Amino acid sequence: MSLTIPHAAPAAPRTSTRLLHGLVGGGVPDPGLRNHLERWGELHHQPHRLIDQLEASGLVGHGGAWFPVAAKWRAVAGASRRRPVVVANGAEGEPASRKDALLLAQAPHLVLDGLALAASALGAQQAIVYVPASSMPTVEVAVAERRASRLDPLAIELAESPETFIAGQESAVVSALAGRRGAVPSFAGLTTIRERGVGGRPTLVQNVETLAHVALLARFGADWFRGVGTPQNPGTMLLTVSRPGGPMVVEAALGSSLRAAAGLGDDDLAHTSAVLLGGYGGAWVSPQVFAELPVAEKAARRAGATLGAGVIVPLPLDVCPLAEMADVVRYMEGQGAGQCGPCVHGLAELADNMDRLAFGGRGGPRVDSILEICTLVEGRGACRHPDGVARFVRSGLGVFADEIASHQRRGPCPRTRAARLLPVTGRTETRRLVSRA
Amino acid sequence: MSRRSLELVLDPVACDGRGVCAEMLPERIELDRWGFPVIDDGAIAPALLEHAERAVRSCPRQALHLVERTC
Repeated sequence: MSLTIPHAAPAAPRTSTRLLHGLVGGGVPDPGLRNHLERWGELHHQPHRLIDQLEASGLVGHGGAWFPVAAKWRAVAGASRRRPVVVANGAEGEPASRKDALLLAQAPHLVLDGLALAASALGAQQAIVYVPASSMPTVEVAVAERRASRLDPLAIELAESPETFIAGQESAVVSALAGRRGAVPSFAGLTTIRERGVGGRPTLVQNVETLAHVALLARFGADWFRGVGTPQNPGTMLLTVSRPGGPMVVEAALGSSLRAAAGLGDDDLAHTSAVLLGGYGGAWVSPQVFAELPVAEKAARRAGATLGAGVIVPLPLDVCPLAEMADVVRYMEGQGAGQCGPCVHGLAELADNMDRLAFGGRGGPRVDSILEICTLVEGRGACRHPDGVARFVRSGLGVFADEIASHQRRGPCPRTRAARLLPVTGRTETRRLVSRA
Repeated sequence: MSRRSLELVLDPVACDGRGVCAEMLPERIELDRWGFPVIDDGAIAPALLEHAERAVRSCPRQALHLVERTC
């Protein structure tokens, strides 16, 4: 296959529409390599400069942990004399998140550019793209296009991620690539995945959106990267916003207004009982708190929440928040790896209690006894699954205190019989794609 | 100046809640309502070291470790 490379290098996008540049608006998206190179230009590997550029840019990981990318790459690079393995993580187990699937469907070459850059910067022996079956066809085509054009310093391999909630957790990724179910223990004091992961080699597991940012950063530089956002929170991030028509992926400048990015006006918030931030391992905040938040993890943390991987779910007043929570906690119980006692027992008890709170008769479990179970599961798993569920429950018990009092007084509300809003299995199609400055 | 200390670390995957450790070292380990150990954070005092080592050796699942930390 031969490619015609454009004569002039394309200009860097100047607005906060970066990853979604050229994807927004009508028309059939073209995920092909030719279109990618026309839009973004050729990629020049400068492996010795890239980590310094990453550091200067302030790029953080967008899989949910917000860890500085340069520090992570340095840890992998310095872990041992063995050549590392780099993994593009597109598992996106969070049912309410769509941004990784969207990138893989519409801009797979940005992700693969980032993976190839990581491989060359770290001198990797192996580069693997780890995605669910639904993303596999586009990624397969993209990888084949790159091989035919000899684009990358090494052949990118493909691995299918299971469709489970924890599939994207770093330890579960390494475990899945080794052919085992669940999460490998990565407890403090022994070894970490960065030191010993896939095949016992130092391993970089990086979210696909993060790698797409790396692809643009390598082309346009750290100063360009910092040209959007604030000094403390530079760049942009993808958010998935649940809307009545279906999930919507938007790209927003960090530090900008979260409610503006999500496109939620006063009228929307007036019909919202609370907003779930960060997905099923995240936290509920009141519409008032939500309205004041910027797109920044530190601010979300101060409000007792997390932006995580950018999931925003406004809960309309006409659904029962306790019924929604009960179903999510039951789902999360089933999504654990089933490896750690406190998580197995604790999540089952939490699910039972939330069921009784939402659907049981008058009385029901006491809030402080549910909080006690949260305390018993926090920090006691090999992965962060139980911690996320505890945060989800704790925050909901606070924000929905009036609903709880009402259920305890009168029994289940009529809305518990309506259909649920929060998806607890499978995937629905992303119906709209918009970007906001 | 750095100081070295020993801490107890549990492998939650290996642990299946036999509870032997809590019998050996009740000063630092108690069992939760499901029988799984809850370990106090922090360095093991020299006076408790022998008991801690015994707890580590006695775990039928080899789930408990004494790990040296530099702090």
